[in-house]
Amino acid sequence: MTLTKTILATTALTFAAGFATAQEMSNDMTLVSWGGAYQKSQDLAYLKPYLEMHPEVSATWDSSSNEAVAKLRAMNEAGNVTWDVVDVVASDAIRLCDEGLAMEIDPDTMLAAAPDGTSAAEDFGDLLVSDCFIPQIVYSTTVGYRTDLVGDTPPDDICDIFDLEAYPGKRSLEKRPINTMEWALLCDGVAKDEVYDVLGTSEGQERALAKLDTIKDQVVWWSAGADTPQLLADGEVVMGSTYNGRLFSVIEEQKQPVAMLWDAQVFDLDGWIIPAGLPEDRLARALDFIMFATDTQRLADQAKYISYGPARASSAPLVGKHAELGIEMGPHMPTDPANAKNTFLYNYEFWADYRDDIDAKFQAWLAK
Amino acid sequence: MSDQTTSGPVLAADGTPLKRSLARALRMQKLRALALIAPLLLFVLITFIAPIADMLFRSVENQIVQDTLPQTVEALADWDPSASEVPDEEVFRALAADLKVAVKAKTHTRLGTRLNYEMTGASSLFRKSGRRVKKMDPEGDASLKEAFIGIDKKWGEPEIWNTILTYSPKYTNGYFLNAVDMQKGPDGPEARPENQQIYMILFGRTLFMSLVITGSCILLGYPVAWILANLPTRTANLLMILVLLPFWTSLLVRTSAWKVMLQQQGVINDVLVWLGLVGDDARLVMINNQFGTIVAMTHILLPFMILPMYSVMQTIQPTYLRAAKSLGATNWTAFWRVYFPQSVPGIGAGSILVFILSIGYYITPEIVGGNTGTFISNRIAYHISSSLNWGLAAALGAILLAVVLLLYYAYDKIVGIDNVKLGG
Repeated sequence: MTLTKTILATTALTFAAGFATAQEMSNDMTLVSWGGAYQKSQDLAYLKPYLEMHPEVSATWDSSSNEAVAKLRAMNEAGNVTWDVVDVVASDAIRLCDEGLAMEIDPDTMLAAAPDGTSAAEDFGDLLVSDCFIPQIVYSTTVGYRTDLVGDTPPDDICDIFDLEAYPGKRSLEKRPINTMEWALLCDGVAKDEVYDVLGTSEGQERALAKLDTIKDQVVWWSAGADTPQLLADGEVVMGSTYNGRLFSVIEEQKQPVAMLWDAQVFDLDGWIIPAGLPEDRLARALDFIMFATDTQRLADQAKYISYGPARASSAPLVGKHAELGIEMGPHMPTDPANAKNTFLYNYEFWADYRDDIDAKFQAWLAK
Repeated sequence: MSDQTTSGPVLAADGTPLKRSLARALRMQKLRALALIAPLLLFVLITFIAPIADMLFRSVENQIVQDTLPQTVEALADWDPSASEVPDEEVFRALAADLKVAVKAKTHTRLGTRLNYEMTGASSLFRKSGRRVKKMDPEGDASLKEAFIGIDKKWGEPEIWNTILTYSPKYTNGYFLNAVDMQKGPDGPEARPENQQIYMILFGRTLFMSLVITGSCILLGYPVAWILANLPTRTANLLMILVLLPFWTSLLVRTSAWKVMLQQQGVINDVLVWLGLVGDDARLVMINNQFGTIVAMTHILLPFMILPMYSVMQTIQPTYLRAAKSLGATNWTAFWRVYFPQSVPGIGAGSILVFILSIGYYITPEIVGGNTGTFISNRIAYHISSSLNWGLAAALGAILLAVVLLLYYAYDKIVGIDNVKLGG
C-alpha cells in the first residue's frame, strides 16, 4: 500500500516537474550538423531517444555545419539567430568563441556527470579545448589505401605517401595546409614534438612545401570528406587522406578493397556549441538537450552507428557492436590502442595564429 | 480676336496652354507607371542593392581597432614608428584600460582575429593578454610595460605596435591592397612577398578561362542553334527538349557526371584504352585541371548560348539566303556575307550571358578544378565561409564587379549594346 502511494506520489511529482519545465522551454529546436552518415548517427543516438522522452518537442536538422561560422556571424549581425545547437569542429568552436558568437559553457552545471560521479569537467578532461565547446567525438584524419594496388608490401608508414617509387600512382590530400604541412615535415625528418616550432618559421614552411613539391603532380586535392572515398572506390588514387569514419564505411559497409594506415593519424574533435544570445525559452531547451545528449551512455551509443571515439573517458568501456553490421566497434575507433600507436595532436592555438599566413602561402604554392 | 490666338500659345480645351496640359498628363502617366513598378523597385533595393552596397562597404571599413582600443590609438599618435622602439609606459596603460573594457564585452578576441590577418600571432596575443589583463591595475604604480612583455614578448617588439598604428584609421585600403597582392608597408604600398602572391594569378586565370569557355560555347552552340532554327517547328521543338533537359538537371549532378566521364578510370579513358588508342599506363589526365573545368562549364553554360542564338536566328528570313544564292553567291559567301551578320546579335547576347555567368562561377571549378582550374570566386567563398576575412572577400568581389562593368563598357563601345538581342 505504502509502495503504491510512494509510486503515485513520485509519478505525480515527476509529472508536475515535467510540466513546470516544459512550460519554460521552447518546443521547437533546430539542430545543425554535417549531414550524411554522421548526422544520422546523431539522430539515432541522441535525438530519437530525446524525442521519445519529450514528445511535445519538434526538432529540425539543418546540414550547414561546414559553413556554420559564417552563417552564425551573419545571423548574429542580422540579430536573428535561428539555430539552437550547432555541431562544429573544435577549431571552429574556438573561433566562434573568439568572435563572441558562441555561449560559454560551465561543464559542471550544464553537463551531466559520469555514472560513477566523476564531474563532467574531469570526464572530458583535456578535450574541453575552448570555453564554449562541448566535445562529442574524437575523429582522426588518416590515410586509406587500395589493397589491390599496393603490391605485396602494404604501406605502414605515413611517409609512404611521399614514396612514389614504392607506391606509384595518384594520392589524394586535403586542399588546405592543416595536416598536410605537418605530415610533410614529419616525413622530411622533423621530430614529432618539433613540428610546430619548425612550421612557425618561414624556412619551415618553405621546407614543408618543398617536400610536397616532390609529389605535387601526383596529388588529387580534395575539399569534401566524400572525395577520397569516391577516388579510392573508383581506383583513381592508390592512397588518400580522409576522416576515419568515411574509410570505415568504405571498408566495412561498401566492402571495397581498402585498408587503413593509422600511422601519424591526426586527432581532432567535433562537438556542440550553443549560439550566444538565444532567448531564454530556447536556451533552456538547448541546455536540456545538451545535458541529455552528451551524457556517458549517449556518447557511447553514437559509436554504434559510426566509428568515431566518444569524447568522454567514461564512455569508452561502453562502446559495443555496430547496430547493423554487428561487428565490434572498439578496434575501429581511432583511439583504440592498436590504432593509436603513433598519433598526432592537432595544435589549435598554432593554427588560430598561423592559418591566414600559411594558407596564403599554401594556396599560392598550389596555384603555381 | 483671331490675331491674338495665333500669336499666343496653343490652348487646350480648358484654356490652359497645351504644352503644360500635355506635360501634366505625361507626368500623371509616369507617376502611375512608377507606382506600378514601385513594389519591384523597393524589393530590388532592399533585398539586392542594399546588401551588395553593405558588403562592398566592408572592403574599406575598419572601425574595430578604434572602437576596441580608443585610448591606445590616441596615445599611439605621438609614437614614432620609424624609431623602431616600443612605445612608452603611457601607451601600455591605455592598452590595459582598453583591454579591460574589451574583455568585459568580449571584443578583444575579435580584434585579435582582425589583426591576425595582418600580423601572424595577433590572435593568440590578444586571447592570452585578455585572460591576464584582469589582474592589472592601470592606475597603479607597477610598470605595465613589463607586465605586458611578461605575458608575451611580442608586446616588446615594434611589429604589433606598427600593425595597430597602421590599421587604426576608421577606413583602410589594406583589403584592396591585399586583393591585388600588395600590402601596406612603412613607406606606402609595396608588393607582397612572392610566395604569397595569388590573387592576380587567379584574376587573370578567371578572365582567361571565362573567355575560352565563351569561345567554345559559341563554336559548339552556333551549329546547334542553326539546325534548330532551320528545322520544321515540330522537329525543332523535339530537339529543343534535348537542349533544355540538361538545363533543368541539377548543376551538381551534371558536374559529378563529368567526373565519372573524365577521370582516369572513367568512361572516356576506358573506351580509349579498349580501342587501343591510349596505353593502360598512360591514361589521359582530363579532370582536376583547367581542361576539366573548361569542359564541364562549357557543357553547363551551353544552353545560355544556344537559346538567345536560336531566337535570333529564327527571325532571319530564309529568303535572304535564297536571294543571295540566286545572285550568284556560293554557299559560303551567302552564309558569311548575308546570314552570319544577322545572327551576330544572338552571339553577342549569348556571349555576355555565358561570360558573366562563368566569371563568377564557383561550384564547378571547386569540384573539378583541382589546383590549376580554380577561379577567383573560390577564394572569395573561402574568405567568406572559412577564414571569415569578409573585408578581403568584399574587396575581391568589388574588383570582380568593376572588371565586369569595365568589360561591359568596352563591349558596348566595340560591338554596341543595341546589337544584342535576346529574340524577336
